[in-house]
Amino acid sequence: MKYLDEYRDRDIALRLCRDIKAIQTRPWTIMEVCGGQTHTILQYGIEDLLPPALKLVHGPGCPICVTPVAIIDKAIAIAQTENVIFCSFGDMLRVPGSDCDLLDVKARGGDVRVVYSPLDCLKIARDHKDTSVVFFAVGFETTAPANAMAVWQARELGLRNFFMLTSHVTVPPVVTAILQAPGNQVQAFLGPGHVCSIMGYQQYEPITRNYGVPIVISGFEPLDLLEGIYRCVEQLERGKAQVENQYLRAVDRPGNKRAQALLKEVFDVVDREWRGLGAIPKSGYKLSYSFRDFDAERFFDIALPPAREAAICISGQILRGLKKPSDCPAFGTACTPERPLGATMVSAEGTCASYYKFKHWSEDHA
Amino acid sequence: MCLAVPGIVEELYVKDGLPTAKVSFGGVRRSVCMTYTPEAQVGDYVIVHVGFAIGMIDEEEAANQLKILHLSGQLADELADGDNSNEIS
Repeated sequence: MKYLDEYRDRDIALRLCRDIKAIQTRPWTIMEVCGGQTHTILQYGIEDLLPPALKLVHGPGCPICVTPVAIIDKAIAIAQTENVIFCSFGDMLRVPGSDCDLLDVKARGGDVRVVYSPLDCLKIARDHKDTSVVFFAVGFETTAPANAMAVWQARELGLRNFFMLTSHVTVPPVVTAILQAPGNQVQAFLGPGHVCSIMGYQQYEPITRNYGVPIVISGFEPLDLLEGIYRCVEQLERGKAQVENQYLRAVDRPGNKRAQALLKEVFDVVDREWRGLGAIPKSGYKLSYSFRDFDAERFFDIALPPAREAAICISGQILRGLKKPSDCPAFGTACTPERPLGATMVSAEGTCASYYKFKHWSEDHA
Repeated sequence: MCLAVPGIVEELYVKDGLPTAKVSFGGVRRSVCMTYTPEAQVGDYVIVHVGFAIGMIDEEEAANQLKILHLSGQLADELADGDNSNEIS
């Protein structure tokens, strides 16, 4: 397919690896922010092509992985409520809550549906006027405009039976939190390409200045990532710390102004709890006051006991780049994609699931 | 989750008051909401995420970048002629 295949050229990839090797004089640690980037890095074995002194750590950019168990529990409780159709992106169904997952609710007769687009929920709501249709709105800035449009359009259409359970998170605050965490090892970032298609990359400029780290906004194909890595190493070697845009075909500095305008209208910025990382100030969105009638948390008003999760799971340290899946005693044994203990094993973009799929899990990759 | 795929706009229309397109992804066609890229025309490439075009592919930038990647490769190969530094170690 055009704009995909040409960024998978083997010869150019190998040359970029040689170029990286040629300019690197010291060990460096680079974090790719997005789960999609992690997936490509593992799928194409990119780590194995790079010099050993160049360490890639895998970041928190998988929204499925960072959605707190308490919100999953709330989704499960709403999905179990009488007269509810609960709609979600497919990846969320197998995320373990304290006691079960959304797929269990479906197996027990709950009306849980997978949708491709949040707009699909509006059709369901129109076809089932006497049923409450709830959409589980998760995702980063890439997904938020689609979900914002679903609510905006629901208001336009006068739908009173459509609600959103919102757990949106944003990238710049978590990048800052990683840099501020004690023991941080990350010296440069491959920035989130599609998030920046929406938001542009101005938000990352103060981060590079304040923390002295290069951030190279990168795409998701092997050549994108290798070029991004090359530019990170080049900046690190020269002692520079700037935002660079590798993903020129899809990102510009201002971003998509129309999408940003709707985000501002539909959502308010709030503090959010991140699974494995804890609370991060001003790191997410909730529905704004003028869209409160669509807020599932307000409509259903569900009180639940504190969330519980598997004590053995180290996904928090994995999301901060402090540990690798192979450091976890449960990896590939008690915890597998079929029976995940933690969120990084659930989503196809989760670091543990990518390792399980593309690397032999009994090897020591540390 | 932030997976977004480039596709070509084949047809533009309005659905429920929203600008919409039939977009082809290597022959697989889907209905895509164009509200965030109303400037896209039939024949343009857009990047699609959860049924929304989140941006247009800048075809000029894409062509330039690929040209540079290919050219610098040829240059590296020419420079490497006569020594072994081009071999993968």
